[in-house]
Amino acid sequence: MSEALATEPTRRDMLYVATTAVAAVGVGGMLWPLVDQMNPDSATLSMATTEVDLTPIAVGQEITVKWQGKPLFVRHRTPKEIADVRAVPLTDLIDPETDEARVQKPEWLVVVGVCTHLGCTPNGYEGKFNGWLCPCHGSQYDASGRVRVGPAPLNLPVPKYVFTKPTSIVVG
Amino acid sequence: MSGPSTYVPQSALGRWFEKRLPIMGLVHSSFVVFPNPRNLNYFWTFGGILSFMLVAQIITGVTLAMHYVPDAKLAFDSVEHIMRDVNFGWLLRYSHAIGATMFFLAVYIHMLRGLYYGSYKEPREVLWILGVIIFLLMMATAFMGYVLPWGQMSFWGATVITNLFSAIPLVGSTITTWLWGGYSVGGPTLNRFFALHYLLPFMIAGVVVLHVWALHVPGSNNPAGVEPQTEKDTLPFHPYFTAKDAFALSCFLVFFAWFVFFVPDYFLNPANVIEANPLVTPQHIVPEWYFLPYYAILRAVPNKLIGVIAMFASIGLFAFLPWLDTSKIRSGKYRPLFRIFFWAFVACVIGLGYLGSMPPEGGYIIASRILLSYYFIFFILILPMLGLFETPSKVPASIAEAVLGSGGAAYVQPKNAAAEPNTKG
Repeated sequence: MSEALATEPTRRDMLYVATTAVAAVGVGGMLWPLVDQMNPDSATLSMATTEVDLTPIAVGQEITVKWQGKPLFVRHRTPKEIADVRAVPLTDLIDPETDEARVQKPEWLVVVGVCTHLGCTPNGYEGKFNGWLCPCHGSQYDASGRVRVGPAPLNLPVPKYVFTKPTSIVVG
Repeated sequence: MSGPSTYVPQSALGRWFEKRLPIMGLVHSSFVVFPNPRNLNYFWTFGGILSFMLVAQIITGVTLAMHYVPDAKLAFDSVEHIMRDVNFGWLLRYSHAIGATMFFLAVYIHMLRGLYYGSYKEPREVLWILGVIIFLLMMATAFMGYVLPWGQMSFWGATVITNLFSAIPLVGSTITTWLWGGYSVGGPTLNRFFALHYLLPFMIAGVVVLHVWALHVPGSNNPAGVEPQTEKDTLPFHPYFTAKDAFALSCFLVFFAWFVFFVPDYFLNPANVIEANPLVTPQHIVPEWYFLPYYAILRAVPNKLIGVIAMFASIGLFAFLPWLDTSKIRSGKYRPLFRIFFWAFVACVIGLGYLGSMPPEGGYIIASRILLSYYFIFFILILPMLGLFETPSKVPASIAEAVLGSGGAAYVQPKNAAAEPNTKG
């Protein structure tokens, strides 16, 4: 009420700052649950890993399994396919990466079947590279899942997986 | 709402915008400079608390609806899923369920304040009736929300309440069949209740806008019940009442949070953790506490149709209060006889609430009938008669006098409010 031109902070300034700080913490604490409730819940998280039995997949065959709601390509590659993808010079690739870096065992290729362009699922054994052809915008991948014809910018991603047995992998 | 806005925006962009959509001016005149009587007590903070509760219920409700499944086969499990799996799902659900209780607690205090201080009297009749409409919508919303978890109490509560309509002569059973979408409460009932439970809060929000609009025409009533006469009788809404409302809301939220975090199941009936079973009725059906007085009235009447009418009338009577109360004195503070009957009415409603939670037998029924009689006599006989016979105590001439004593009359025109029985008509 006094008209003193106080340059020093007053008790009232202190109260304003303290009240605002407490209110900000409170509002933040209330907002976070409202945001976090939209994140994957524990039922979804508990399905984050998938086990794949490799025994039924013959050489030259490929299966698609569902992992975290997305298609996962597991291909049992032939010696010719392996030799072909390993012969490609890195300079020919859009997203240069060696085949060796993309597999744990040369005959087993495990990639996420989501086109890196806009998320469609490419079809197997189609296109010029004996790999995948995406029906949406024509991107092509080779038998190592590497993009060879655009518009996709990146190779099909390789998920984390481990061989729990020689004939079984756990993805995720 | 108090004349043309005097608001002038600071920035050029603000002035440009204000010329095209004067919304900031509306906010400024309604919630910044709006003059409120300076003697408002903490009972006047419940309007703000209720606005907060409506928004809080809508936000927690919308987030719950992101996980809830309105299907008779999946609803119960989806609620358990919310409680166990969804991130902070337990917090959202408890906040929403306890929130309903807090909402009703606040609305009852708000209504009793209006009753005690005569806030429904001229010129605030429309404001009051809009409030009664909000209250009815709230009850419908709360009832349908309670059905959604699809537990035993949900199911049998829905069965009992929808069967109220079967008391209507001739068309009763047609109406209940229409409400259910079948021959009993079932999947179609659950789906439509979910749709309506999602819709009604937004209708409440719409009526709340009208309620606030109707409030801002005459301005708030106040504990003295005399209208502000000079500028000295009022204070601007901001910062005086925003600060007071914020403080009251904070205290209310501490109370609310205590239930959410320490006794979240306090108001939940254990029978509702059993999934709905259309073949077995639980031993003892009770509604939520906020419906108990009406439930007691329903059960106290031995005739089905009259019981239902009595129950709806007990709520509908509120809409007629502006005309049932014939006293020209607004505030109960200056009505010695009214005060006694008012507190007896409060005790009567609490008593009915207690009886509503007890089994409908023996002495409980008799007590319910006595209290039920008082409830109606209060509205239909006591309030109209009191206005004619009561001798009010001296009403202050102005708000300033009410606050500062007779010395406060020094700066307002002295006017002697007659302390004599007021006669109407």
